[in-house]
Amino acid sequence: MEKRGIPTPMATSEPNPLTATRETDIATLDRVVIRFAGDSGDGMQLTGDRFTSAAAAFGNDLATLPNFPAEIRAPQGTIPGVSSFQVHFADYDILTPGDRPDVLVAMNPAALKANIADVPHGGAIIVNTDEFSKRNLTKVGYETNPLEDGSLEPYQVFPVAMSTLTRGALKDTGLSKKDAERAKNMFSLGLLSWMYHRPTEGTERFLAEKFAAKPDIAEANILAFRAGWNYGETTESFAVTYKVAPAKLPTGTYRQITGNTALAYGIVAAGQRSGLPVVLGSYPITPASDILHELSKHKNFGITTLQAEDEIAGIGAALGASYAGSLGVTSTSGPGVALKSETIGLGVMTELPLIVIDVQRGGPSTGLPTKTEQADLLQAMYGRNGECPVPVIAPSTPGDCFEMALEAARIALTYRTPAILLSDGSIANGSEPWLIPDVADLPDLAVNFAAEPNAMDGSEEFWPYVRDTDTLAREWAIPGTPGLQHRIGGLEKADNRGHISYDPDNHDRMVRLRQAKVDGITVPDVTVDDPSRNARVLALGWGSSYGPIGAGCRRVRKSGMDIAQAHLRYLNPLPSNLGEVLERYEVVVLPEMNLGQLAMLLRARYLIDIRSYTKVAGLPFKAAELAEVFTDIINDNEPGDNGDDVHVLTEATE
Amino acid sequence: MTATHLGLPELGGLAGVPVTDEPQRAKDYKSDQEVRWCPGCGDYIVLNTMQSFLPTLGLKPENIVFVSGIGCSSRFPYYMNTYGMHSIHGRAPAIATGLAVARPDLSVWVVTGDGDALSIGGNHLIHTLRRNVNLKILLFNNRIYGLTKGQYSPTSEAGKVTKSTPMGSLDNPFNPISLALGAEASFVARALDSDKKGLTEVLTAAAEHRGSAFVEIYQNCPIFNDGAFDVLKDRDEAARRIIPLRAGEPLTFGPENEYGVVRTRFGGLEVAKTSEITAEGGELVVHDPTINDPAYAFALSRIGGQELEHTPVGIFRNVARPTYDDLARQQVEHAKASKPADLQALLNGKDTWTV
Ligand code: SF4
Repeated sequence: MEKRGIPTPMATSEPNPLTATRETDIATLDRVVIRFAGDSGDGMQLTGDRFTSAAAAFGNDLATLPNFPAEIRAPQGTIPGVSSFQVHFADYDILTPGDRPDVLVAMNPAALKANIADVPHGGAIIVNTDEFSKRNLTKVGYETNPLEDGSLEPYQVFPVAMSTLTRGALKDTGLSKKDAERAKNMFSLGLLSWMYHRPTEGTERFLAEKFAAKPDIAEANILAFRAGWNYGETTESFAVTYKVAPAKLPTGTYRQITGNTALAYGIVAAGQRSGLPVVLGSYPITPASDILHELSKHKNFGITTLQAEDEIAGIGAALGASYAGSLGVTSTSGPGVALKSETIGLGVMTELPLIVIDVQRGGPSTGLPTKTEQADLLQAMYGRNGECPVPVIAPSTPGDCFEMALEAARIALTYRTPAILLSDGSIANGSEPWLIPDVADLPDLAVNFAAEPNAMDGSEEFWPYVRDTDTLAREWAIPGTPGLQHRIGGLEKADNRGHISYDPDNHDRMVRLRQAKVDGITVPDVTVDDPSRNARVLALGWGSSYGPIGAGCRRVRKSGMDIAQAHLRYLNPLPSNLGEVLERYEVVVLPEMNLGQLAMLLRARYLIDIRSYTKVAGLPFKAAELAEVFTDIINDNEPGDNGDDVHVLTEATE
Repeated sequence: MTATHLGLPELGGLAGVPVTDEPQRAKDYKSDQEVRWCPGCGDYIVLNTMQSFLPTLGLKPENIVFVSGIGCSSRFPYYMNTYGMHSIHGRAPAIATGLAVARPDLSVWVVTGDGDALSIGGNHLIHTLRRNVNLKILLFNNRIYGLTKGQYSPTSEAGKVTKSTPMGSLDNPFNPISLALGAEASFVARALDSDKKGLTEVLTAAAEHRGSAFVEIYQNCPIFNDGAFDVLKDRDEAARRIIPLRAGEPLTFGPENEYGVVRTRFGGLEVAKTSEITAEGGELVVHDPTINDPAYAFALSRIGGQELEHTPVGIFRNVARPTYDDLARQQVEHAKASKPADLQALLNGKDTWTV
């Protein structure tokens, strides 16, 4: 097994007192996975985020996985209070935040205990020894100190007294001991930045800006950051530093972006490209609140954000705004969608454009608010009373959230319908480099409001349910348009004319018309990645599992086997070529973070068997896990049953 | 977190809504839909009053929108030749908020009932009032569920026997006026369906008020709760029970004006005989709906109880307060003026790199 990114202790204990700048060996790596873990109050998210920004600025490809407790401040030093941030960066295009960290930074015993199982043997663990007191060890159930009892022998352990060193570095700042110690996360960032030759200017600039109002805190953080760097540079603990070259990505200008930010930008862009004001009605909910926060910053684009009294009022205001001629948007997570269902139904009945964003989290009920899952698919498809078809789309990566937000707007505006966008916790908070699109290349979403009477009998009336023959969309006649006064609502309406109708045949026709409208939505064909053209197994996925499935496929191919990959971003309607694609392969395997919801839909729709592979652990799939599943299927074994067939490389390049 | 001083609205309730010189008549506001309330339903009178009242505003009819929830009264929009949405149970204030925020050029009216507004939609009602969104809420209070055929409502008297409460209801009823005042509604009024003149006066003032105007309309449901307000319609009884609220005038009532409203020692209000008040050197309360402290209007709303012994009718409160939708638009305008809408710059952000 090749070692990646793992600091190696100095071979010799001979100090070299003569040089200020120590000579270390520099090893070149193609990729590294680092996990920063500490107490929720230790600032691990910020630390990971800064490391990521530096990697992005350096030009690596990267993917991140923040993981934090639902409690804002879980009891200090406990396992439930551990917060971590994993970053995977590489000199080529990568697909996932990485399965297992090459390097674990553990700021306290709880962080060590909670994460050690994920570190492969031989991996590096950098620990803040100051926190390994008897009391802290007992708190998490360590009977003996793992730093001393030999239990960490399979790993390379780097004990660093981070709290003490940080306090020392800040002793002249006049900060209290406690305040000084709070900067220890920046010490760890400095140390890791040194070890991986990361640029430092960005971080220093960031800290100065973030704490502009508190110059002493800004200075303390910068000093701690430098102290960490200098510690690596001057002590003898670390023999080798590592370089990960910039990635060879398609040319263009990049930035780092999270899924929630990309989604919010997509909504801003949709407003600009449609020429409509945007009204977001939303209620705070994890993990979707950042969309509300982000959009609230961009009122200069004609965006109104309304933090409603509840989920229902959020979507109600959005639908009211759509009726008024704005682009109505509501953002939430699964429990919020449950509350919004009735209003989504009203949107279907009144045939008004509306974007419903569901950043899925673990369910049911309150479930796992900060963890990821894909278990709202059936809720999005069917979770309403009556025959209530709604288009459903799902971005596949953080950056893809931008494009899919524009797609949600295209569908909602063109077909006058609510459209549900299913993101999830992993891509919402995860980030990746994003090839910034040229605004001029974005789709034109301009809409036409009705301006004239449209009665089919030639009278001077406006009939609200006359449809476009192509899209089956009805006209959008907004209040204020003279002569087009009409009434809409949740009661069944007569075809064309739009009066209340209890006529049985009319209801049957209207139900079928609403269904036909959604079925007829134009969505791009699904593409298949089948490099050898020899695969008999197709790995199919939807939404955020794109990365792990792709990485799993790469591993399978590296070990000489054939596998094809196809990914669905459009769930309703499904791409029109999907049936034909599925038939091309002997076996279709579909990993989902639910109990097989899409598999069930596809079996019913195409009458083909789907090998469903499911996991609902609150975390994304791991590439190694999927590679093994795929390999077993290729070898005609039941997943998990290891025959004597070819085995997948578990540490292959993803 | 800093608070910004918001200033008071200087605009009227209809500022920004386009007007027309075309003469209008009640029939211009009648839609082609057959009205389908039960014969004798109080809703008919309110509809007629509304249709004769709207022409007095001189607005372009296409700039008027009625939004309703679910219930008998919520059929209202179908009968008005304006824009309208018959939405879902209890949610009309939320939907209307979206409309009002998006469009300053619309006159937005919410039509709701005691079940719709106070039970399933209670949350939206209080939050809309607290935000002071520029829309008018007409609550048709018939103290019963009509559309679902006769269950007790949140304004039904405690002990009421209905299909769902054969042994008498256990709920203490809401006083809608007190509730609205508790939410600090800036305009609160009560009217009777049968009193066209009084209702028109209240509607006129509500339309002119910038902000949320809450109007409770006592409405008779002859099918499931007939006569609920008969005591206020019988001339003699009405004289003894109705306290007319006239700004600037002392609060007196009774066939001979023999009753009046006085302050209690604890800051509340109560009814007393005028003769006794003057004999004791007391002072009649002079009605002033513009008092900023909602405590006065609240005390007024507490006079009388579920038996309608005394019932103030008219405008309880009418004060100027910034409206949510004006402020929301101001923020957007301010943001637009201070920062160009440069989408490319937004997408680029601060840290980019080029491959
Ligand atoms: S049930 Fe009552 S409130 Fe409803 S329409 Fe009939 S009379 Fe009017």
